[in-house]
Amino acid sequence: MRYIPNSPEERAEMLAAIGLKSADELFRSIPKDVQLGRALQITEPLSEPEVIGSLETLAAKNTAAAKPSFLGAGVYSHFSPTIVDHLIQRSEFFTSYTPYQPEISQGTLQYIFEFQTLICQLTGMEVANASMYDGSTAMAEAYLMAQRVTRRDKIIVADTVHPEYRAVARTYTQHGDAEIVPIGFDETTGRLGSLEGLDEKTAAVVIQSPNFFGCIEDVAAIAEQAHAVGSLLVVVVTEAISFGLLRSPGSCGADIVVGEGQSFGVPMSFGGPHVGLFATREKFVRQMPGRLCGIAYDKDGNRGFVLTLSTREQHIRREKATSNICTNQGLIALAATIYLETMGKKGIHEVAMQNAQKAAYASRKIAGTDGFEIAFSAPKFNEFVVRGRKPATEILRALRENAGIIGGLALSKYYPDRENDLLVCVTETNNRQQIDKLAEALIAANRR
Amino acid sequence: MANIPENLRYTKDHEWVAVDGDTASLGITDYAQHSLGDVVYIDLPRVGDKFGAHEAFGSVESVKAVSEIFTPIAGEVIEVNDGLNDTPEKVNADPYGEAWFVKVKMDNPGEADALLSGEEYEEYLSNNG
Repeated sequence: MRYIPNSPEERAEMLAAIGLKSADELFRSIPKDVQLGRALQITEPLSEPEVIGSLETLAAKNTAAAKPSFLGAGVYSHFSPTIVDHLIQRSEFFTSYTPYQPEISQGTLQYIFEFQTLICQLTGMEVANASMYDGSTAMAEAYLMAQRVTRRDKIIVADTVHPEYRAVARTYTQHGDAEIVPIGFDETTGRLGSLEGLDEKTAAVVIQSPNFFGCIEDVAAIAEQAHAVGSLLVVVVTEAISFGLLRSPGSCGADIVVGEGQSFGVPMSFGGPHVGLFATREKFVRQMPGRLCGIAYDKDGNRGFVLTLSTREQHIRREKATSNICTNQGLIALAATIYLETMGKKGIHEVAMQNAQKAAYASRKIAGTDGFEIAFSAPKFNEFVVRGRKPATEILRALRENAGIIGGLALSKYYPDRENDLLVCVTETNNRQQIDKLAEALIAANRR
Repeated sequence: MANIPENLRYTKDHEWVAVDGDTASLGITDYAQHSLGDVVYIDLPRVGDKFGAHEAFGSVESVKAVSEIFTPIAGEVIEVNDGLNDTPEKVNADPYGEAWFVKVKMDNPGEADALLSGEEYEEYLSNNG
């Protein structure tokens, strides 16, 4: 398909062929009183340098992008090797659509199959789909899948699952039969509290690990409790780099693993596009939502790839489909695949180690300052909660205005009673000087 | 010409019913398996599930299509042919024998009498097939 506008002569020819004099006449069936009746109020056409200048001015408003940042909470700053961008910008990848015709889409299908395989390896699960929109919608779909598999409606969700993920899941399930039961956390450890309400009516227990406070949950113990009553365990992972260091959710007994793949070489991009991960056990594959790529062999024995188990999807099963999703985040999944294959097993482990070590250094440094302590005693990966004696919003403003540092997230945004708590994230992109400066700036902020 | 055993009852949706007292066994006919092509998966209900007459109780998936299967009689599922999914090709090879789908305890044992006889089903097929 060409993207070249039609010339005035071509337009006149088309109009003449249908007996009209102007393009406006095409809209004559729309009542005059709902027509705008005037030109749109936008700028005059701009030249290329003017457009570039105007966009650069807009981009320059994002001053935070240039400051050292300790902000995590679901979207993470990681280094993306140049090769990722270089390869995804190849027009064959950049412009291609969903691989409906396998005979002309083997390249696309192959990388989707590689992506699925990598996600299985990282999560410790048996089958993964071609990706969802993002972590939050993947989690919402997991609720619905658990309901279908168990034929039960109660979903127990930890308060330490990302608050925005929980809000998205509420939107997805609000008009259905799901009964969502929240579970609190232990104030000392920061981990899941006791599983009150877990019974034979529970479809799934949903936890995040590392959780929103950065604490690593005892996934195996929770899996055992859930399975004892025939319920599924859904594990949510927002920081995918953690797969490089922690025991996989699959090996701990998770039945469904969902999460966000943005940490795999995908830019933060002010919230998206990102890429949702969805993996489960083979026995549940027919209840899994989303696109699925499989291997097949032609009549000559040649290997090929093809979208498969399509009867789960709405274009075949209509209202009985496992989901209304009929797409995936192809280009972003490709970026994640290239990142993982470039870094390799050792590389991912190394990145994860750097995250954990730098975060440990930072939390020890801050714990040693007067006026701040590290809340929650559970083991952490790359995020932790700092508790001060002043509102975190004030501390963050001081850090931003006086030290030029984005210090983290004030927890009061989602947990209104936690005014003095601040969520700090440290990744491989933060160096020692930045961390030392953060500690100094926190002390300074406390003094004012 | 499709195989249509005399001792069974049939529906226009190409299901067969075998009645034994107040228990009915259900499956799909030879005509149905032939139309579907190679069967790869059968989605069956669970023991204890209850259905009204003409309700969909599962589906049959072939390489080219997925079709819902309806129960012509109301009742409660008392037995499910669980092993069938290990060898779904049995639906094509032996639709009236090994490939029964479910056994149902009928709410109204007389309901099956209103279904088509072998002859009536055969006539239906030749007019509509």
